[in-house]
This record gives sequence, structure tokens and C-alpha cells, in this order.
Amino acid sequence: MSDRIVLDTAERILADLCPPDVVNDAETGVWPTVLWETLEESGLTLAWVREELGGGGAETGDGFDILKAAGAWAVPAPLAETLLAGWLLEQGGLAAPDGPMTVAPVGPADTVELEDGVLSGAARQVPFARQAGHIALLAAGRILLVEREACALVPGISLAGEARDDLAFDGARPLRSAPAPEGLDRDRLTLVGAAVRAAQMAGALSRLLDQSVQYAQEREQFGRPIGRFQAVQHALAELAGEAAAAEAAADAAGEAVAARDFGPHGIAAIAAAKARAGEAASKGAAIAHQVHGAMGFTYEHSLHHRTRRLWCWRDEFGNERAWSVRLGRLIAAEGADTLWPFVTGSHAA
Amino acid sequence: MTGDRFRFPKVEFGPEERALREEVRAFIREEKASGGFTPMADSWGSGWSPEWSRKMGGRGWLGMMWPKQYGGGEKPALHRYIVTEEMVSAGAPCAAHWVADRQSGPLLLRYGTEEQRRSILPRIAAGECYFAIGMSEPDSGSDLASVRTTAVKVDGGWRINGRKIWSSGAHRSHYMIALVRTAPRDMKARHAGLTQFLVDLKSPGIEIRGIRNIAGERHFNETVFDDAFVPDDMVIGEAGDGWRQVTGELAIERSGPERFLSTFPVLTELVRELGPEPGDRDAETVGALAARTMALRRMSLGISRLLDEGEAPEVAAALVKDMGTRFEGELVREARNLLPARAASQSPDLYGKVLADGVLHVPSSTIRGGTNEVLKGIVARELGLR
Repeated sequence: MSDRIVLDTAERILADLCPPDVVNDAETGVWPTVLWETLEESGLTLAWVREELGGGGAETGDGFDILKAAGAWAVPAPLAETLLAGWLLEQGGLAAPDGPMTVAPVGPADTVELEDGVLSGAARQVPFARQAGHIALLAAGRILLVEREACALVPGISLAGEARDDLAFDGARPLRSAPAPEGLDRDRLTLVGAAVRAAQMAGALSRLLDQSVQYAQEREQFGRPIGRFQAVQHALAELAGEAAAAEAAADAAGEAVAARDFGPHGIAAIAAAKARAGEAASKGAAIAHQVHGAMGFTYEHSLHHRTRRLWCWRDEFGNERAWSVRLGRLIAAEGADTLWPFVTGSHAA
Repeated sequence: MTGDRFRFPKVEFGPEERALREEVRAFIREEKASGGFTPMADSWGSGWSPEWSRKMGGRGWLGMMWPKQYGGGEKPALHRYIVTEEMVSAGAPCAAHWVADRQSGPLLLRYGTEEQRRSILPRIAAGECYFAIGMSEPDSGSDLASVRTTAVKVDGGWRINGRKIWSSGAHRSHYMIALVRTAPRDMKARHAGLTQFLVDLKSPGIEIRGIRNIAGERHFNETVFDDAFVPDDMVIGEAGDGWRQVTGELAIERSGPERFLSTFPVLTELVRELGPEPGDRDAETVGALAARTMALRRMSLGISRLLDEGEAPEVAAALVKDMGTRFEGELVREARNLLPARAASQSPDLYGKVLADGVLHVPSSTIRGGTNEVLKGIVARELGLR
């Protein structure tokens, strides 16, 4: 399904143009111009928008590969959000504009209304809102494209030092508008958002493993690399397991989105992915920090580029508890004798 | 991604696989309804039922991957995976044939003589011939290369002396595959001089002593070899090549669904007890356990696919077994914290019974087939740390 070329392109660009100083600079407010322009020119930012609507027209699975790479390299720009915004616009058949975008609302308590073509209401902690040119909005049963400049913005910041701004839409008029297709509601947007964050976490954990192994091979104490100590080896073996489990779970979620499976099995795959990747984020980041010792606690070392993002992403679009409860309720409703068929996705419903 | 180091390729099921799964499920449903078995945790390790094994053999569910001339079904590894995961998750009593079907048969297929294959494999596939593992010794556990049981060449065969231990079901099995020293220990070449023998457990000079486990069952054994004679044609593969053969055997032994599903019946019965509308805390625990099961299964299935592609995913199998067996214990711990039961093996209610099975058998999960410490060492070596 997935085309290795897309992943290779993303990896190559990010390895070249997303080094630690670009990530650090972004946290001080410097927009990564070259990185973003290269991603955009390569068609990666709008991979989920078909070509007629101005996008890259990639397979959905390729988009999830891009997200894993973005997580691995701690891209300090709304690559994931622009992909997700593109996906949302595509659902309404709306053309996607150039430039960075984000998605709203992302919180369950936010309400945005549309009356006589005029928006009202607010969305909180919108990722990268201040850097986005446009916002893809799901409100009043419609998919809307709104200029960021048309909204009032109160800046906020995430654990990872990235923008999570509050937006007030009062008085704004959407640039483009289309009715949301059947079934596309806030819950579905949250499901896709959760799958997106799970893929980013899987990518970040994979790179966290590489980084931690490398550090354990280089850092010497008691006359030898600390990776020679069994306690450290076992901790890193556990990190490898967490990274692999997060990736397995995230891939299943990506496949559900690609197959447009938002029935009980698709929901289960996504819920399991966000819960499992979130768990892996907590365990994996703790191991990586322990292996890196005091060095990893410094701002100077780039370990925090991934660990802080993991801590942020595990909370967004529903945390482990929220998704576990949802999955548990689905299972309970199906009943004990359908538990195993449900877990295997082979319930002959 | 981690896929660069540990590859778990995606597995898709076709119509044939789906039909097989439905067939197995229907069989299990009917058997459960008619009292053919009562679900148990650790059913593949502890549920000894020759009757069940013969039923499975009769349906073509044993030796599934082997050539037809040896009683096999010439099916892909994925088919065997489907049958085993359905059986283990349902808690069906598969212990009698498990070792023979999983590792002894494949070992004979690969390294055995034509006579060994012809005489033994069809009986395993029929569910009538059972095997015990002869690896560990009283002084050789994780350090398997230190085995001291010896075989000395005599006219027409070998004389074996020594002791094998922890061999599950040896007292009810027909054969043991024993890893034995056939050349003196050489500290510079620790893995040299080992040979695998196919031992008929009814032979003179073999005494099988039962060892009660903490669940009160006679499950494993100490097998004493006192000048036991084994004819030349019972050597498996090449004399002196035992280490290479046994590590291949271990890779198969470690990779299956029984390494994370042994306590799954506890979760099934927990869900039944909690009912259709559980509270948040109950739902959270069930959901989290299901999420972890789903991720482990995807990884484990990926290994099955690699086996079909002819790879020997030894490290990936070690990784999954380490995570999966820890999970088996955590599932039991979460269940009993959520819903304490009068856990007792003779408990009238099924939840209490499977919980008791789980609590009492879980300590062996992270030991048998390679301790988790050894497994983490294998993973660490792959990471470049050893």
C-alpha cells in the first residue's frame, strides 16, 4: 500500500533540514523557512489532498509514514496539522490553500457556531495557530476554511515549546464552505487526530531508541561505555519493545483511517493505538532520560526535542485513560464471548 | 523506524484464512457447549488432554505446515498461527501435543532422518505422539551451553548418563529431544561438542521423577539417564551440531501467540463478570489490557509472516516474548485488583478458576523458553550494546 519513495523523501529532507538548532530556533519564534518550503515543494504538506484540489494526492498510508518521520525528527512546524487540515478539507471537496494550516476545534468542550455566514465561538489550544495561514474548521455540520488573520488569537505554549493558541472566531467569515459528508463529525475528526498523534509518537520513540543506544555506546563510566552494563542494556531492550509496540499500534490505526473504517473495529484500532502509544511515550521517555543521565536533562542536549513532544502528544486528541475507557466500553457492549473476535478484528458482526 | 531493526510486517487475511478461523471457532464453541473442555489459563502448558489432541489431529490442525507425505497439511505458518491463537485465547487444553507440534516435529523435519520423519511425524499430526523438551539440567538453566549430560559412543549407538530437568509432561510423553554433550567441554568453544538425541522415554536406563509445581500439579519432571542406550539412528542431525539446531528450535519456541495469550481467558471472564455497562475505572482497565493485547498480536503475527518468508526472526521473537510474558502477569494483576475473587482452582465460578490458574502459573511464563533476562540480552546484542 505504502510507497517507500514518500517516506524516503521525507526522511531525506528532515535529516538535512531539521537539525537540532532549527528545532531550538523555532522555540524562540524563528520560523523554519527553508525546511517548510522544501516540504511544501515536495508535496508532503498536502499529501492527503487530491491533485485536483491542489494537493499531493498520496495514499493515506504514505501520509502516516510522513507523520512518523515528522515525529522522529521533531519537526517544529505544523506538518502534521497541515496534513490533517488537508484531510478535513478533502472530505468536503474544498481546495487547499498553500502554506501552513491547522485544524480546529481540537478540544471536546469547544463550540463554534455559524449563522448567516458569520462565525462565533472559540477554540482552545489550537496547535501552531499563530504560524498557520489558514484554519480548517469543523463547525455547524460544515467544513470551513478560515483565514487565521480573521480570528483573534491569545498565545499559548505547549510542553514542547510549540504554539497552542486560543482562537476566537467571532465575526469571521469563512473563505470556503461545504457541508460535512455523512458521518464526518467532531468525533471522527478526533479519531483521525488521535491516529495522527499516535504515528508521530511512534516515530519519535523510534528515534529516541536510536539516540539512547548511541549515547549508551559513547558515554563511559567506570572505564567502559555504560551500554556494557546489564541494567542499562535491559532498560534499552524495554525501550525497544515500547517503540515497537507503539509502531505496531499506530500502523493499525493508520490502516483503519486509510480504509475509512470508523465502525467499531476501526474505532478500536485507533483507541488502542492512542492508548498504547501514549503508554509507550511515558515509559519510553522515562527510560531515555534515565539512560542519558543529567546530560539529557539539559536544554543543550536534543533529547528533549522528542521527549517533550511525546509528553505533549500523549495528552492531545484524548489521553490514554480516555481512549482506554472508550475501548473498554466498546468491548463490554459486545460482551465476553465476542472479546477475542473483537480484539482480532474478525468479529463476524 | 524501529522497522529498520525489528521488522514486524503487516499480515492480511484472505478468504481461506477467514474460513479456517471460523471453522476453528465453531469447533471451540461446540466443544465448550457440550462440555468438551472448560476454559483455563495456561491451557497450552497445563491442559493435558490426549482426547483433545486427537480431535485436533483429526481435523488437520496439527503438523499443519508439514509435507503431506508426513501427515502434514502443507499450509503456511499463518494457518498454524490462526489455529494456535484461537485455541490459546479460548483456554483449550492443548498441552499434550504442544511441544511436538510446535518444535519437535519441525526439528525432525529439518534435521531428522527419513526414517525418523516417516515413523514419527504422522503420529504427531494425528495427535497421538507427544514430546518433552530435554534442554535444562539441574546446573544448566539459562546457561544452556553448560549441559553436563554426556553420551559416549559404543557399538551401534550411544550410552547416555546425566539428568534433564523441568521437562514438562515427560511422564506422559513418548519421546524427549535431549541436548547432550558428546565431546568434552572446551571453554574456548563453549557451543561445540553438543548433540541432539531422539530418546524413546520407554527405554531401559531412564527414570522419570515427577516434580510438583506450586499449583500442586505434577507437571514437570527430572529425567535421569543411567547408562541409557540410544541407537545410532536416533541422533538428530549431525553429532556436534546440537547448539546450532537448538537455537533454531528456540526461535520457533519463542515466537508464538502462547507467549502473550496464556492468561487471556482471565480477561474474557473478567469482561463477563463486569457486564455490559462497566464503570469508568473498570472500562479503562479492560480497554488498556485489550490495547496491549492488540499491539502484541500485531507484532507476533508479523513474526509468523517472517517465518513464512523463510526468515529466522530470533531477535524479534525474543522482544515479543519478553513483552508478552510480562503482559500475561500484568493482566492477572490488573484483573484481581479490579475484581477480587475467591480465586481457587476448584472454584465453581469460571472467573475464580481462571484467575487461580493465572496467579499460580504466571511465574513460569517469564522463565520457560528462556528467561526474560536472557531475552533482553538478545535484544541488547541486536542493538549493538553487547
